[in-house]
Amino acid sequence: MDWQLLISQLLNGLQLGMLLFLLAAGLTLIFGIMDFINLSHGSFYMIGAFVCATLVERTGSLIASVVIAVVIVFGVGLLVERFVARKLYAHDHLDQVLVTFGLILIFDTLAHLIWGAAGMTIPLPAWLNGQIDIAGVIIPGYRVLIISAGLAVVVGLFFLVTRSRLGMLIRAGASNRTMVTALGVNIDRLYLVVFALGAALAGFAGMLIAPITEASIGMGNEIIIVAFVVVIVGGIGSIKGAFVSAILIGFIDTLGRSYLDDLLSLFLATRYAETAAPALSAMTIYILMASVLAFRPQGLFPPASSMR
Amino acid sequence: MKPSAPRRVSWGVYGTLFLFLLAAPPVLVWADQPFYMDLLTRVLILSIAASSLNLILGYGGMISLGHAAFVGLGAYSVAIPSYYGIYSGYLHLGIAIAACVLFALVTGAICLRTRGVYFIMITLAFAQMLYFTFVSLEEYGADDGLLIYQRSEFSGLLNLENPGVLYYLAMGVLAGCLGLMNRLIHSRFGRVIVGIRHNEPRMQSLGYNTYRYKLACYAISGAMAGISGFLLGNFTYFISPEMMDWTRSGELIFMVVLGGTGVLLAPVAGTAVFLLLEEILSAFTVYWHLLFGGFLIAIVLFGRGGLHGLVEKLERRNHSR
Repeated sequence: MDWQLLISQLLNGLQLGMLLFLLAAGLTLIFGIMDFINLSHGSFYMIGAFVCATLVERTGSLIASVVIAVVIVFGVGLLVERFVARKLYAHDHLDQVLVTFGLILIFDTLAHLIWGAAGMTIPLPAWLNGQIDIAGVIIPGYRVLIISAGLAVVVGLFFLVTRSRLGMLIRAGASNRTMVTALGVNIDRLYLVVFALGAALAGFAGMLIAPITEASIGMGNEIIIVAFVVVIVGGIGSIKGAFVSAILIGFIDTLGRSYLDDLLSLFLATRYAETAAPALSAMTIYILMASVLAFRPQGLFPPASSMR
Repeated sequence: MKPSAPRRVSWGVYGTLFLFLLAAPPVLVWADQPFYMDLLTRVLILSIAASSLNLILGYGGMISLGHAAFVGLGAYSVAIPSYYGIYSGYLHLGIAIAACVLFALVTGAICLRTRGVYFIMITLAFAQMLYFTFVSLEEYGADDGLLIYQRSEFSGLLNLENPGVLYYLAMGVLAGCLGLMNRLIHSRFGRVIVGIRHNEPRMQSLGYNTYRYKLACYAISGAMAGISGFLLGNFTYFISPEMMDWTRSGELIFMVVLGGTGVLLAPVAGTAVFLLLEEILSAFTVYWHLLFGGFLIAIVLFGRGGLHGLVEKLERRNHSR
């Protein structure tokens, strides 16, 4: 077995898992607390990448750019919540799907207007462009950074959710919204903060991936669907569920793509295995979601005492 | 309490639309305007898909965000046999319907165990699954899709290569689907479906196996969307996975809502306005999606009932005068 390949695939899986978690964390809270389907959550991912790329171009400092860009995306999140999303909480899901679909069109076109049709790259500073050699296995340094940045956010988010007053309100909102309102919490402000926080996390994910893939129009529209799968598998409203299922799906997707043909060729002729493997590996995460929905519709880790 | 009867159709408006569609091809051929002929053909074909979505979404309350998968499946049912040199239209149509019914029954059996947001998400997931399957099929062009070099053959009965024939075929199929839907909706089956949308537990306690009714409805809708895909593949001479992308499903929902959900003929009007607007705005500026997105949001927030609601409101005002 090729250990170099295995380890780098495992790291890729972990990296995808981290990105998915950053996207899904906000999505699951918005879903769980506001009962709001936000298809345009992927737009924040794209906006984050573009804003960060622009700032890097102007300032030359990656870290400063990321910090400022996160704040900007947070601000965009505030605006979207205040002027669009808030009007939709009382509407049915069909309306939410349509309006957020409209938002995607608007954001994609705005990105086209502002940044042009071509994508933007974020050049990596030299200290991140290197490779790390651990016992003969070579790992790109930037991947390690993505994973550790992701982990840092995970830890931060866990402390925020389990130890702070805001986190308490978030957890309360996810398990019983009506009760939180009845207790006299300023629910509008809670919604506003949760929405913008989710947007900032998604934007941060976009900034992390942009140096590898580049910032491009519509980059969030595909990964957001996978993030929805993560949310459903993990259980709507559950941060812990989102984390576990994001990592799980990251591994399944990455390892499926690289090893499924080997696995299939144990049972099938190589020729068939090579044809079937890509199709099957593209399907695995959706099969996982379908089986979760069929056998455990509330997801793997539903929020405690969820009334729904 | 009886399930409420489907809303009244304003025949005046739709009758005019019908006559217009019937008379359009000779006039357009005479005026040498193939562009508008193509546009109208596309309206007719996508109207079939939008109407089929209306059956489950408008009448049955099942919000599917994966309906484009059926359209794509229908188009691939033309493209893949043609790739092997089989051009029989009967076979293409048969495969399209069979594949869509099968896909609807298998995925529907799982989807329909869920409701609400879960249903939206799982229909989306299954459509994505099909999308990525076709993306990964190198043999059939993967991302780039397949060209269809020749339209389906109906043993000399219909020559689809003639744009007029394809146009009237699409119109006939649309009329047939709408007629069938009209019968369905006013039958016992349709009343049960509408009843389920209003209150599923009540229908269950009345002794109906609501799951089976919904599954049957889902399969019928899928088959109709498949036929629309069959026509679309023939019309465009081309199919790629992009045609089943989830944003396509979003557009189909918009066509239905724009026309008016749960009104038999409204999605036809919605599709027509959608495609016309797309043509006009995209000719006007490359950034037309900006206006289009704004329009979509405005329709949802301020235009309850879609175009049908608007027409009804105007008619009521005229009557009260």
